[in-house]
Amino acid sequence: MEKIEKEPLLSAKNIKLMTGPLGDQNPITVQVLGICSALAVTVKMKPAIVMAISVMVVLAISNVIISAMRKSIPGRIRIIVQLVVIATMVIIVDQFLKAFAFDVSKQLSVFVGLIITNCIIMGRLEAFALANKPWPAFLDGLGNSWGYGLILIIVSFFREFLGSGSIMGFPVMEKMGVYNFGYEDNGFMILPPMALITVGLIIWFQRSRNKSLIETK
Amino acid sequence: MKDFSNRYIFIFSVVMVVSVAILLSLTALLLQPRQEKNVETEKKMNILSSINITSTKVDAVALYDRYIRESFVINTGGQRIQGVDAFSVSLRAEHKKPLEQQSLPVFTAVMDNGDTQHIYPLEGKGLWWPIWGYVALRPDMSTIAGATFDHKGETPGLGAEINTTPFESQFLDKSLYEDGRFVSVAVVKGGAEKSDRHEVDGISGGTITSKGLEAMLREGLVKYEKYFDDNRR
Repeated sequence: MEKIEKEPLLSAKNIKLMTGPLGDQNPITVQVLGICSALAVTVKMKPAIVMAISVMVVLAISNVIISAMRKSIPGRIRIIVQLVVIATMVIIVDQFLKAFAFDVSKQLSVFVGLIITNCIIMGRLEAFALANKPWPAFLDGLGNSWGYGLILIIVSFFREFLGSGSIMGFPVMEKMGVYNFGYEDNGFMILPPMALITVGLIIWFQRSRNKSLIETK
Repeated sequence: MKDFSNRYIFIFSVVMVVSVAILLSLTALLLQPRQEKNVETEKKMNILSSINITSTKVDAVALYDRYIRESFVINTGGQRIQGVDAFSVSLRAEHKKPLEQQSLPVFTAVMDNGDTQHIYPLEGKGLWWPIWGYVALRPDMSTIAGATFDHKGETPGLGAEINTTPFESQFLDKSLYEDGRFVSVAVVKGGAEKSDRHEVDGISGGTITSKGLEAMLREGLVKYEKYFDDNRR
């Protein structure tokens, strides 16, 4: 894509764009964006994974499109342009899922459409794609969606395991036979508040490991 | 960022909107046949699963042709209506019509052992979106031989559990009639009596979906009452 560039495609700076959001720049736990969907699709692992992949496709491609158009987008209507690009991408992804991955599209149902409202996507377009070249924008899109997906998968793992006693739909708790000893699934884990508390615990854990994330007073 | 003239902004917006519109219409048009085929295959899979035949996307069409021998449409008086394809009847559209004008589809399956089962489609309201299902009855028009349910977007882990086997299999051998009176099957909160032929366990945390399903069964099947009475064997 950027052959004239002297900078190698995967320079240290570019790799940082992809790995940063997995840790110190995580969109959910550090920037606290995209909480709404982290709460909605994390009851089971499977929808969470598909959601993460869909967000990755939408974010990476939207980032590239906006970045390629960044010099011709009038500043006064840039938010609308970003919304149009995101909405178009989401509709196309939704149509493709309906045609080629029907089961998955049924599982995600309305949440695919709600990718449009995911603040991470608009946040990255506004903060990164508008000011950078397409290749770094693409990597930034990948990185941020991985950071988002990572948290989604962690949260959904705990919610499905403790709430439904299964992992990826496989009834682990039942196979281990713990129900015979009076164990019961914690129905509270299935309810939305527990998603927030789980995210909160992850934030707590991350900040206790990395003091630089704690704001100075 | 440069400052652009109003003229530029106007032209930019028009070009953007028109090209996006063309792109989306093209995508929708090109993918439509595939999407419709998916919906049709899924419906066939659902109908098959109500008579306890497991099918995949690949063999659903062939299995459907093998087991479903007849499909027709009746009215609430139990008479057959000619010229309507039972498979393409949309129950949602039918529910909006006055009761006597509604077309009620019936699918007849002949099983490997020669038994006949009758399949009745249902549609109702869940908590968020529509729910639907198929109930297969034995020739006594009362005993449930199998049931399958699905939903558009019930809460995952709660109401969405209606389309899982543990829930659906509870309906097996329940009966719709008690001493010749139509009583349907109730979805009970807090544990149904196993021996009770008219009750199944509801889903904890999914009470509204469970109640919607109960109403769907009662309201959907009661329309066939005349047909049940005429064809009971």
